[in-house]
Amino acid sequence: MDSSPYDGGSGGTDVPSTAKILVAGGFGVGKTTLVSAISEIRPLRTEEPMSERSVGVDDTADVRAKTTTTVAMDFGRISFKSQLVLYLFGTPGQERFWFMWDDLSLGAIGAVVLADTRRVGDCFASIDYFERNGVPFVVAVNCFDGAPRFDPEDIRIAMALSPEVPVVLCDARDRDSVRSVLVNLVRYVMANKGHASAGAR
Amino acid sequence: MTEGGGHGERWFDHDAGPVVRPYALTKGRTLSDSSVSFGLIDVVVATGGRQSEYFRLGPEHRRILSICRRPVPVVDLTSEIDLPLGVVRVLLGDLTSEGLLRVVSAQRQPVPDQRLLRMVLDGLQSL
Repeated sequence: MDSSPYDGGSGGTDVPSTAKILVAGGFGVGKTTLVSAISEIRPLRTEEPMSERSVGVDDTADVRAKTTTTVAMDFGRISFKSQLVLYLFGTPGQERFWFMWDDLSLGAIGAVVLADTRRVGDCFASIDYFERNGVPFVVAVNCFDGAPRFDPEDIRIAMALSPEVPVVLCDARDRDSVRSVLVNLVRYVMANKGHASAGAR
Repeated sequence: MTEGGGHGERWFDHDAGPVVRPYALTKGRTLSDSSVSFGLIDVVVATGGRQSEYFRLGPEHRRILSICRRPVPVVDLTSEIDLPLGVVRVLLGDLTSEGLLRVVSAQRQPVPDQRLLRMVLDGLQSL
């Protein structure tokens, strides 16, 4: 709305440019881990210990050692020298928080869908959402210890992804690996935009 | 209303959350009166203007203004004052209507423009 340059006044600091990327995927797949790996702040989050009731809701039968569930907004931040701040928002993993997704995806660069090969189906809901709403995404397969490794192309078939969607393997704990996933996403969006709306400007 | 049940336990600790229900701070309003919308990564900044005599600044309004002496993205503001986003949006609306606060919207096209994407890419690659 108001895009005039900051006019000085109080404080005398420039208004930073801001951008955001969403991190989605099933419950317990490592979204918070991924955000933590690259964020300059400890991700801000609200977590509640799992209650017996939510155990049923979240279906953690296969996910050992996960004892808390993220129930609110969960974000990390990376500030660059160029007065640019990139935010990473973990999308709420449970269906009862879907209402927050529209707010989160508005104006987002795109999304990283984090997948666990032991429970591939868990990220179908996020993929559906992004496809329906035209949010570009890459699928990052989190290579957990002990999780079976697959060829990215096999994963693409298993997930019925269109051929242009990038599928990459990653380690959500590793900063360089996460950075490379994000680079992949931004490159994909830049290229895609050239196709979709060439000449829009 | 309830008095903690007489168990002698402190129930109003950090885990219990705020004692005042969040939307009491907005006098029950869940939507802003102002037509301005506040996206998570929009940046808000105090204008340094004076409020009209009909407007009463609440303590939360003051806290927001104090933080917004420097430009700050809505999501950082929200986490800093530790109030729900919905409440913060109503309070920001009050301040904007009063001319005490200005919002600089982040890009909202379906997808950010190539210039911003290039900045993000360069930034990530320089990490």
